[in-house]
Amino acid sequence: MKVRIRFAKTGKVRWTSHRDVARMWERALRRVRLPLAYTEGFSPRPRVSFGLALPTGHESVAEYLDVEVAEGGSGDMAGPEGTPSLEMAGLPGVLSEALPDGVDVLGAAVLEGRVPSLQHDVTSCSWEVEIVGVAPARMAALVEEALGAPQLLVTRERKGRQVTDDLRPAIISLGLLESRQAGTVLGTELATHPRGVRPRELLEALGPDLEAGVVRRTHQWIERDGARWEPLPPGATHAPHALERAS
Amino acid sequence: MTSLWPRIEPLLAKVGKPARYIGCEDGAQRPVHGAGITSWLLVYPDAYEIGLPNQGLQILYEILNERPDAVAERSYAPWVDMEALMRAGSVPLFSVETHRPANAFDLLAFNLSAELVYTNVLNCIDLAGVAVRGADRGPDDPLVAAGGHCTFNPEPLADFVDLFVIGDGEEVVGDITDVVREWKASGRTAGSRAQVLRALSRVPGVYVPSMYEVAYEGGRLAAVTPRYPDVPERVEKRTISDLASWPYPKQQLVPLTEVVHDRLNVEIFRGCTRGCRFCQAGMITRPVRERPASQVRRMVSDGLARTGYDEVSLTSLSSADYSGIESVVGDIINDPMCSGQVSVSLPSLRVDAFTVGVATEIQKVRRTGLTFAPEGGTWRMRQVINKLIREEDLYGAMESTFSQGWQRVKLYFLIGLPTETDEDVLGIAELARNCVAIGRRHARNVTVTASVGGFVPKPQTPFQWFGQTTSAELHRRIRLLRDATRRDRGLSLRWHDPEATLVEGIASRGDRRLGPVIEDVWRRGGTFQEWSEHFRLPLWEESMAAHGLSIDDYVHRHRHPDELLPWEHISAGLHRDFLWQDWEDALAEAGVEDCRWTPCYDCGACTGYGIEHVVASPVPPAGGSQGTGQDLSTGGAVPVALLPSRVAQDVGLAGTKGIRP
Repeated sequence: MKVRIRFAKTGKVRWTSHRDVARMWERALRRVRLPLAYTEGFSPRPRVSFGLALPTGHESVAEYLDVEVAEGGSGDMAGPEGTPSLEMAGLPGVLSEALPDGVDVLGAAVLEGRVPSLQHDVTSCSWEVEIVGVAPARMAALVEEALGAPQLLVTRERKGRQVTDDLRPAIISLGLLESRQAGTVLGTELATHPRGVRPRELLEALGPDLEAGVVRRTHQWIERDGARWEPLPPGATHAPHALERAS
Repeated sequence: MTSLWPRIEPLLAKVGKPARYIGCEDGAQRPVHGAGITSWLLVYPDAYEIGLPNQGLQILYEILNERPDAVAERSYAPWVDMEALMRAGSVPLFSVETHRPANAFDLLAFNLSAELVYTNVLNCIDLAGVAVRGADRGPDDPLVAAGGHCTFNPEPLADFVDLFVIGDGEEVVGDITDVVREWKASGRTAGSRAQVLRALSRVPGVYVPSMYEVAYEGGRLAAVTPRYPDVPERVEKRTISDLASWPYPKQQLVPLTEVVHDRLNVEIFRGCTRGCRFCQAGMITRPVRERPASQVRRMVSDGLARTGYDEVSLTSLSSADYSGIESVVGDIINDPMCSGQVSVSLPSLRVDAFTVGVATEIQKVRRTGLTFAPEGGTWRMRQVINKLIREEDLYGAMESTFSQGWQRVKLYFLIGLPTETDEDVLGIAELARNCVAIGRRHARNVTVTASVGGFVPKPQTPFQWFGQTTSAELHRRIRLLRDATRRDRGLSLRWHDPEATLVEGIASRGDRRLGPVIEDVWRRGGTFQEWSEHFRLPLWEESMAAHGLSIDDYVHRHRHPDELLPWEHISAGLHRDFLWQDWEDALAEAGVEDCRWTPCYDCGACTGYGIEHVVASPVPPAGGSQGTGQDLSTGGAVPVALLPSRVAQDVGLAGTKGIRP
């Protein structure tokens, strides 16, 4: 049985890495004694899969993981006769308690049937990007220029080689959200296929001198056949779309 | 005091592993500072991922925070990228809990686990905005303290550290807090710093170097004399008599990022009486004090439930020697709480089949490899160092290891030991090769790794008089081994850098004249010297020469039996006569037995302090004579204190002074 969990990562804990977060979850899942399914072999690990990695230093209110719960598991949270009777409504509170400050569980739901992996399923992410010390007018001009450009080339290093990519097709939306004391906040939606474009790359393409303040992932989206939904909305105890696709 | 966090956070996007600087660990305390509260900043002078798991620091952290009149926070040496940004932005060293500046604390207390961190200590003091030399500090500056095994020769750091703690810290940190609290209450007036240091020098187990006059004659140390009549001539170490009274850490810190030893650690005993002559830890932490088995079990089950770890390490200097090891391990494995997903590790295995059996039993989950430490390549060598493992013991252990499905074995050896010959060195290759052959009988792809380290003579051990082997000679012996093992499939040879061994040797038995050298190396950028990518031998060679000091004299010279050694005013309780006799026994290739189960050799550690071995069971652990031929079945007849012991008798160190000759 697969349980999908949505969580937030905010505050100081945002400086931990994706791997650090995976370890936090392993410990937390053991602490709450969720009856986990383990991999086979010499080095058994709980069957847990995470969605798209969040760059170290970014915040998020839309992180996900899928946890495989053992059929007939015998943890404290198991019901009579060893059948898992997970109380989805109570799970976020219990898990948040076992996780570090700043990692908060926003929803949990049992996934019915076969569900594609998060990595595969998610098509885009929405971000809020704080830009430090740039006036809104200049930012607006940079955004307009970028949106009007036929292509936005960035060069990055991949496996020791310089690779040039066009970011323009990956920008689904881009605009100014608000002006704060620290700077201007951009809102953007970036595609995750064929590869996940990072907000930092977008900034580089907008202007080489732009410095990011707090960057926050606000949504991950699954878009298919003209419909669009989140892997799990905040506060959810059911995964309606997963059900839909399974039928 | 305002938090430095708003100034630290912008730096984090520009450094590697920013989680090193955020704190937020599970188990981290939320200290509330205030008037009348003595504040300690416990600093581990190495990278966060090395320092965080340190058990000594975590124990004191909890004990201090439990006191109503003290708070303790933690800090670690910022990595070089972070240090550069901190210096550029004038951000001082900070605590990881509340991100307070280090110089807002009353004490900066360093953990000294290894000599190569000495330059990092200076760097941290400097980053704190405090004068690196004690003599240059004023009444507003924190007191700089240090504890840990290296303080058994504190002299190389005497210029920089105001007070050293010798021995177990559990009790003495309270005594120090009492003195510092009074000093704070008196307003820390000008000139009062010397007074508080003098008061601290009267606390048993505290050494204040500025209270001593050091005289040299003809390039040799001539005398170390107290400046005042109330300052003790010799500082005796502190020893807690019963580990059962100190079930710490109760809330082991669980880091958010990757660190070494990332697992639950439960200390099952302190001290070791195997008597390995090269081992400073075994000499300075006597006697053996075992934790009651029931307390071990409770600390394990509580710790696993609280932390969510799936691995527990039962720590000590020789964990398989714990007298209740079988039952403790059995109980952990059979605990339904662990339900087959928790692995137990014993960091130091004895070389015998019994131990391997235990290891196999407890590492059903995630089995990796086993590590043994024969230390010497031949029986003769092992008699010299008193590591009395016979070849049959080792091969029996290998048979047992490989037959039970393990495929990787690591063997630790020392080279450059006293009286070592090429035959002894080549014995390492021979032993390792035979281990591979045993493994091949059970599996095709076995790996035996022989890991070879250069021996550094340590203060307060029988080898303290021995002239360290030169790095050129260590290189030659390593080449000998490389040539001998080149064609061996399944045998891999690893070695420690002999140049790092050389520098460790400089600091290990140095005196106060090394102070300017350490300062010089630090000023020229020589930090993180225990990291091979930052280690710079030329800095040390040039600084030694610049200050007219000879590396040969400090490192390679055999000490004269009548010579005053720089650490003789610091006492681990061991009689000089005992150490000298043990050195002579070593040269005569004569071993001594584990005194936990045999009559006393009167080393001084028990009798001098009026304490005894404390063991959890009257019967020595099954099997494993470790080659001594010792009849362990008579263990119960030996007078040892059994738990529940005469709980934590007041050691009253003042009362035991003068017993020493």
